[in-house]
Amino acid sequence: MAFAKNVSQVDEGLKNELGKKGIVVTTINELYNWGRRSSIWPMQFGLACCAIEMIATACARYDIARFGAELFRASPRQADLIIIAGTVTKKMAPQVVRLYNQMAEPKYCITMGACSIAGGPFIDGYNVLRGIDRYIPVDIHLPGCPPRPEALLYGLQELQRRIDDQEIEKNEWYQKGLKREYPIPEFGPHGLVPKYNPEIWNPRIEDTRKERYGEPILIGKKTKAPDLDAPPAPPRTAAAQAAPVPPKPPAATPPPKA
Amino acid sequence: MTTEEIKILIEKALPGVKLKLVRDSILVENAPDLTRVAKFLKEDPALRFDYLSSVTGSDYLTFLESVYHLYSMEKKGPGLTLRARTDRQNPRVPSLVPVFRGAEFQERESYDMYGIVYENHPDLRRIFMWDGFEGFPMRKDYEQEDSETLEACDVDWLEKHGVPVPAEIKQKAEALKREGKRAMARKPGDTEPA
Amino acid sequence: MTILNKIHSPQGGEPPDSQMLQINVGPQHPSTHGVFRMNMTLDGETVVALKPVMGYLHRNHEQIAENMSYTGSMPYTDRLDYFNSMSNNFGWAMAVEKLASLEVPERAEYIRVIMAELTRIVNHISVIGFLLNDLGAFFTPVLYAFREREGILDIFEEISGARMMCNYFRFGGVKYDVPADLLKRIQGIVDKLPAFLEEFEALLSQNEILCMRCQNVGILPPDLAVNASITGPMLRASGVNYDLRKIDAYSIYNRFQFKVPLGVKGDVYDRYYVRILEIRESLKILQQALKEIPEGEIMNKKMLPFLKNPRNFKPPLGEAYARVEAPKGELGFYVVSDGTPQPWRYHVRAPSFINLTILEDLCVGHKLADAVVILGSVDIVLGEVDR
Repeated sequence: MAFAKNVSQVDEGLKNELGKKGIVVTTINELYNWGRRSSIWPMQFGLACCAIEMIATACARYDIARFGAELFRASPRQADLIIIAGTVTKKMAPQVVRLYNQMAEPKYCITMGACSIAGGPFIDGYNVLRGIDRYIPVDIHLPGCPPRPEALLYGLQELQRRIDDQEIEKNEWYQKGLKREYPIPEFGPHGLVPKYNPEIWNPRIEDTRKERYGEPILIGKKTKAPDLDAPPAPPRTAAAQAAPVPPKPPAATPPPKA
Repeated sequence: MTTEEIKILIEKALPGVKLKLVRDSILVENAPDLTRVAKFLKEDPALRFDYLSSVTGSDYLTFLESVYHLYSMEKKGPGLTLRARTDRQNPRVPSLVPVFRGAEFQERESYDMYGIVYENHPDLRRIFMWDGFEGFPMRKDYEQEDSETLEACDVDWLEKHGVPVPAEIKQKAEALKREGKRAMARKPGDTEPA
Repeated sequence: MTILNKIHSPQGGEPPDSQMLQINVGPQHPSTHGVFRMNMTLDGETVVALKPVMGYLHRNHEQIAENMSYTGSMPYTDRLDYFNSMSNNFGWAMAVEKLASLEVPERAEYIRVIMAELTRIVNHISVIGFLLNDLGAFFTPVLYAFREREGILDIFEEISGARMMCNYFRFGGVKYDVPADLLKRIQGIVDKLPAFLEEFEALLSQNEILCMRCQNVGILPPDLAVNASITGPMLRASGVNYDLRKIDAYSIYNRFQFKVPLGVKGDVYDRYYVRILEIRESLKILQQALKEIPEGEIMNKKMLPFLKNPRNFKPPLGEAYARVEAPKGELGFYVVSDGTPQPWRYHVRAPSFINLTILEDLCVGHKLADAVVILGSVDIVLGEVDR
């Protein structure tokens, strides 16, 4: 969605003067946005560990109800916000997109935790989707593993600020012919078909992991299986244990390319 | 009872069963004997290994292996490890579900990840991956696809669903299809350029 | 129509009068405790068949561990049973210590037991809260339970730096020492918990709705439980006396006096009550451990250099299987090492996964609402089921 700073059309001085007399002046836009942002109802969609922090945010200590998001609806039709908390796997991704399609406008999406942003610690998995923003548009990314409840509250407040900046005339859901339903990926023989939706997301030109972390760890593919049938090596005697261990020859890994 | 004593007991009770001691575990050399050995271990009054703790598969490059950890809830003693080996081309191991019900899901997982077919399993199908998935992911020679390159089948699907695909992505997908190659992932540790 | 015929009369007889309904509960459902799907076949409201479908959170933890150093797998074990990260750490540390024949100093053993028992308390009170969520008491017991949980999570955060994913245990000891004032705070929590338990029990244990909905529902006979490899409070609620803390007496559990609560019938109410009694026993263990904890070092001397270079740790060639009494059941770690810094094979024996084997047997004949309650009493967490 397009966000522009929503500057009030009413003069500040006039507002204050009238306010002293007990008359409130505002624009319909501000009122509309104030109503919407103060009662965002999330959908109950916890996938993994981040879901527990989401529940903890809803509990008494980090009360999310004071920000208006008190009712976690189970049905997508009744929710405004989907907090995708946890790893999205390829098996689950079509279900997530289907649920997002079923939500009624205006709808927002927060991806909570490193896993739903970009795969997280499980990024090299054959069943892990590297971020749900490949298939649906995401408004707020919330990093952390898991993000603390205060971080989720900050993310919610950031979303509220964005909602404040939306304008009725330019809103997408009041335009004619709006269809915010995204194609649902299918299960292919090796992964999801398609791998991502190029309208929404495109991969970065370079995989920056090498730039950030240098040459990846040289573990290579193991070529020799352990031979458990051979008898175990005899335990080292006390004298040998006291002596320093000679350095072992390097394991059979391919040498780094210069 | 030590593992050697258990092995001698089994060999006495079940003639014709070939066993071998591997470290602290018993290897059933002829895989079809496994069900008899497990039934004996469960019912023999001296042993009573009635609790199957874990079933798992392993890949040792030349053969696949199925490892079982048995414990006794009645006698409450130390456990016993059983192994059974098969080859990679046609891996078949008898299922222990008729003896221990707890092996049901674990054998399905071992089939899903390694491809070991458990004969006489009541419901052998994939448990973690979806049904149309090809390949056995935990084997050491499994190749993973590259998640950032769209291939020809992806481009066709997107156009069928009305999503415009940029021209250069289409060209790259066509090039891959012409060469007959698939986009494969680079694992950390691969030193060849992408 | 043919599928329905097969389910109702496998010999292919007359189709039944009533119509069967095949529904999907999950993967997104308020009661499934995560992304878990059940294919239920219902005859009216009665469950006729139930097939669980999992894999929606399969994050190939075992394959990651084959490409990761031993210490590098420790944060991934946190995310297995994401409710009780300390127990998972305990299991993995024990497996590698068995493989490499490492000893753990006394103070570290006491700290480990204290952390494991605190985790058990956290898990059991939260599980009771979620079970009541399934029964319809939407969120009030959870609020009570999480109030206590937050106190304990504060302790975890002060010790290890993170509330939930602690990554605290290392092979040969623990990473950080516990200062004396923190032990006093743990003592304070342990002293206040019985009062909270009294309040909780007064509201719940004799509650008419709980008793009527939970008694005689989902009865698990003990011989089926043993055959189906069920472990943990579910097994003990059926009357089988099998608690790894007494049987294997791993770590220093043989020094503590505590009882193992057993159930009588094996229904949902027994599973709930066994957990309440286990919290009391954990409090007893904690009182004893906090009194007896000695001063000393917290890490095996041989492993101290590996704190700085964890990737150089190469255990000898071999295999090991170690199991701990996690709050959900028996958590086992099977590791095969080939002498390199990465394991050759790494497998997690997950209790929640195996406890789901008999879900169908427990639910058949009960109503749909009972099936939800039975699933709540099995106490699954999807990170463990799918790994």
